[in-house]
Amino acid sequence: MGKTFAEKIFSKKVGHDVSKNDIVTIIPDYVMSHDNSAAISKIFGELEVDKLYDPNMLIIILDHTVPASQVKYAVNHKIIRNFVKKYGIMHFYDLNSMGGICHQVLPEQGYALPGKIIVGSDSHTTTYGAFGAFSAGIGRSEAAVIWATGKIWLKVPESLKIIVKGKLKQGVSAKDIVLHIIGKIGADGALYQSVEFSGETIENMTIASRMVFTNMVAEMGAKNGYIAPDEKTFEFLKGRAVSNYEVIYPDEDAEYVDVLEFNVSDLDPQIAAPHTVDNVKPISEFEGKLFNQGLIGSCTNGRLEDLKEAAEILKGKKISENVRLLVFPASKEVYIQALEAGYLKIFMESGALVLNPGCGPCLGAHEGVLADGEVALSTTNRNFKGRMGSPDSEIYLASPATVAASAIEGKFTNVRKYVE
Amino acid sequence: MIIKGKVWKYGDDINTDVIYPGRYTYQLLSPEEMASHSMEDLDKEFVKKVGKGDIIAAGKNFGMGSSREQAAKCLKYSGITAIIAKSFSRIYFRNAINAGLLAITLPEHVGKIEEGDIIEINLEERKIKTPKGEFEIPQFPKEVIEILNDGGLIEHTKKIIRDGG
Repeated sequence: MGKTFAEKIFSKKVGHDVSKNDIVTIIPDYVMSHDNSAAISKIFGELEVDKLYDPNMLIIILDHTVPASQVKYAVNHKIIRNFVKKYGIMHFYDLNSMGGICHQVLPEQGYALPGKIIVGSDSHTTTYGAFGAFSAGIGRSEAAVIWATGKIWLKVPESLKIIVKGKLKQGVSAKDIVLHIIGKIGADGALYQSVEFSGETIENMTIASRMVFTNMVAEMGAKNGYIAPDEKTFEFLKGRAVSNYEVIYPDEDAEYVDVLEFNVSDLDPQIAAPHTVDNVKPISEFEGKLFNQGLIGSCTNGRLEDLKEAAEILKGKKISENVRLLVFPASKEVYIQALEAGYLKIFMESGALVLNPGCGPCLGAHEGVLADGEVALSTTNRNFKGRMGSPDSEIYLASPATVAASAIEGKFTNVRKYVE
Repeated sequence: MIIKGKVWKYGDDINTDVIYPGRYTYQLLSPEEMASHSMEDLDKEFVKKVGKGDIIAAGKNFGMGSSREQAAKCLKYSGITAIIAKSFSRIYFRNAINAGLLAITLPEHVGKIEEGDIIEINLEERKIKTPKGEFEIPQFPKEVIEILNDGGLIEHTKKIIRDGG
């Protein structure tokens, strides 16, 4: 019997054969943390060690509450900057570097590589699986323990294979597919599992679109996501990769918990309604619904192709006077590219507001929060009650194209009429 | 380890944002402050009614969402000693165990536990005594037992460091 991606990467890491449900103790290639590094440094202090296991293992990126909007956040950032200086941490991305959202920066800066094991104190750490890495979210205490000892124990997950086939209709994108899948299998549909995506639709996709899948596996409960690296991956990594890498592919005869196949040729734009990400229905069930705030950005949909899709719809048009539209590019690199391509000008002229790169309003900790009774239509990844501000607000999730078209009309709109 | 306490019941897919809202996640707060925000966007009465030693019983996918560790710690600081659920989100499970908060997966029987029940958890014997009968706790991996026995990941790691491992 062959091995899945997860079984192969952990077998290689520990130097002997391991299978699903085995528990392994490993030294990851990188441990990523963000604004929570201040809290992690406090826990690290409790461990009473005088040095980091390996300063080069740490990647720290400020993204969740940047720039600081209140003194408590500013203090948090100050603690992190002092820690970084004290311990000589090289992989640090502050506001004055080519930073942005951690899950965009790790790929851009060449850390997210095939065959690497990366853990991060953020649930969407799963994103790097789009490059053939094993990456999973961990807690703050676990991050602190890795800083001190280098080690973490992990269970080798069972694997679920999801095959996506068919050619998407105009105006339908990766986000619609992944919302559709989550709607079908549920918010715990891949609990504890390693989800391997394959099929012609995925193979034909850009790297940015593939990242939408591995990012959103967190919303099906998965431990990690995986997409087999190919020429597109290697092309993306050219000039970026910080080290050599070894590509790991699952065996043809690997054993999966289940193999699910989706044909997406007839798929319409999808919406995840409040308050769970698996509450998914086609746009037709929501057309005409009024909303207050549109959001385009985040680690899910804040990349150049997302901004391009939205800009093409908004070009020469004005958004409705009844909505506000916030655009927050995923990184400084994306911001500069969008600036050069003229997208940011299109957004600003349409009436949208372009924010700085970062997590922005996604988690309600910072800018752009919602008032009681307000409705948001957002390209982010979670629609939990109260996540973007008031517990009495509502969040609907959609693709960048759907948010752009809906912002023009001031109500939930099927983007297909703008692209056909 | 024997835990006896009163049960508070919650449903499926209880997420980290309602257990511990994002507006507090990037502030360094004391255990008491963390406890005061427990379940803030789900059940405003929770912090008033919860007592030391109480137990939460819940449905599937408890703790789904963010990796924020405070979502486990705030419940522990509120007095909760154990959470029994149909299933747990994986990061939440780890965060709970690492905080020394017992997280028990009991898919078949958790539905028989009612709000207000006084139940007894005996970890050595792997038994939960409830008004509707006695149920077996699934075997934890040895890594989890060691962390629980040491009172959480930090104490466990300090012990390992002290022992030179």
